[in-house]
Amino acid sequence: MSEAKRTPLYEEHVALGARMVDFAGWDMPVQYAGIIEEHKAVRERVGIFDVSHMAEFRFFGFEAKDALQRIVANDLGKIDELGTAVYTVMCDADGGIIDDLIVYHTGDLEYLIIANASNRETDWDWITSHLPEQGVEAADESDRTALIAIQGSLALRVVGELAGEDWEPPARFSIAEAVLDTIPALVARTGYTGEDGVEVLCHASQAAALWRALLSFPEVTPCGLGARDTLRLEMGYALYGSDMDRGVDPVSAGLGWTLGLSKGEFIGREAIVRIKETGPQSKLVGITVSEGVPRHGYSVLHEGTEVGKVASGTYSPTLEHGIATAYVPVSLASPGTELQIAIRRKTVAAVVTRPPFVKTTSLNASAS
Amino acid sequence: MYPKDLKYDREHEWVKVEGDTAILGISHFAQDQLGEVVYVDLPSVGDSLSAGESFGEIESVKSVSELFAPVTGEIIEVNDGLGDAPETVNEDPYGEGWMVKVTMSDASELDALMDADSYEAFIAEEA
Repeated sequence: MSEAKRTPLYEEHVALGARMVDFAGWDMPVQYAGIIEEHKAVRERVGIFDVSHMAEFRFFGFEAKDALQRIVANDLGKIDELGTAVYTVMCDADGGIIDDLIVYHTGDLEYLIIANASNRETDWDWITSHLPEQGVEAADESDRTALIAIQGSLALRVVGELAGEDWEPPARFSIAEAVLDTIPALVARTGYTGEDGVEVLCHASQAAALWRALLSFPEVTPCGLGARDTLRLEMGYALYGSDMDRGVDPVSAGLGWTLGLSKGEFIGREAIVRIKETGPQSKLVGITVSEGVPRHGYSVLHEGTEVGKVASGTYSPTLEHGIATAYVPVSLASPGTELQIAIRRKTVAAVVTRPPFVKTTSLNASAS
Repeated sequence: MYPKDLKYDREHEWVKVEGDTAILGISHFAQDQLGEVVYVDLPSVGDSLSAGESFGEIESVKSVSELFAPVTGEIIEVNDGLGDAPETVNEDPYGEGWMVKVTMSDASELDALMDADSYEAFIAEEA
């Protein structure tokens, strides 16, 4: 193992007393004051997250759109309008999920992809090896790019204070340039918490200044990866490595809605269409338990027989009980199906629940 | 952080001795390492404990830990309040966050436990 990597905000985390853990080879804050406290800060006010470990790739040129259309599964025709963005998976020829990504249309001939930190090398090698020899310039900008997520009902107000009077927030799933407290940035109205908010990209050298500017607002709480995980799971958002990997296809993973099957050929399309026609063997479902905390790898049982394993599991700070996801046979995937989860010494009652587990957030409430 | 009148074991439980009764809980260090406690799974009154063996579980958002008995004996009282307010373990680990009261069957087991100074030295090494 090489030394854990550090984001440009490492010193800020240490100064704030964060508990640091290894995450995908990065030394990252898992919590500052406490996961539940940070979780509630995001649901009730606004929290900021350092997600600079994530990968940023740029693609530029006349062939960029067509080339990426063949690589990702969603239809980039949906983001022809400059400044729009789309969530997508990227699959291999068997339909196995290599990663999930957001593709942003950042310039006339330019696309920005934000990918999972753990998949940076895999994604880069895969994408660049499938680009045409000419017509697309590719750049891995991850090392010089910082990414700060600002999430919660007060997020836009805080960003607005830093951006100045004339600033208009980008529409949901859109991205726009802005100057935040003298720092040039790209502000994307995206996130992973279920709350309204933005994810802001800036140069690594200016990340600490932006972080401090955000923390100068008393309503802003620094949040670690622990709260990021509980927040995303309450919304049923899939996490690469837990809810999906190369061994599962997007149909089984419940990501059929992200597939641009009518756009024409893309890698994995044939396999995915076949799976859609025959129907998947198992499906990723949401599960609610009444007691205990289900965790990754615990057995999911039906009438005493193991039918799957917990993919993601946690305690929901909002609902105050355990929630999970698991792949179960399609016959047991309907909401309301009664299952059990083996939580170490105990077997507890579990029920299939259609995500999101938490139904009402500032995202449902906001107009755009 | 580590009251002088308590004894501590290497699994981060504390023991308060009152005659032949021992009150058990987890230390400040343990609750801090766990983070916000969301479940405490304790045995019932009448159950017996064996020194060094697991007698329950304590769970936070991120992790789960077993509770190990520092002494042998029979449980005479359980802190049922932790069922509804598990966060008490974080807020007051040596007071309202106590877990069980035990009638000790072998008080000499206490000799194997650490006093506050030794325990602080022990966790300084662990951290």
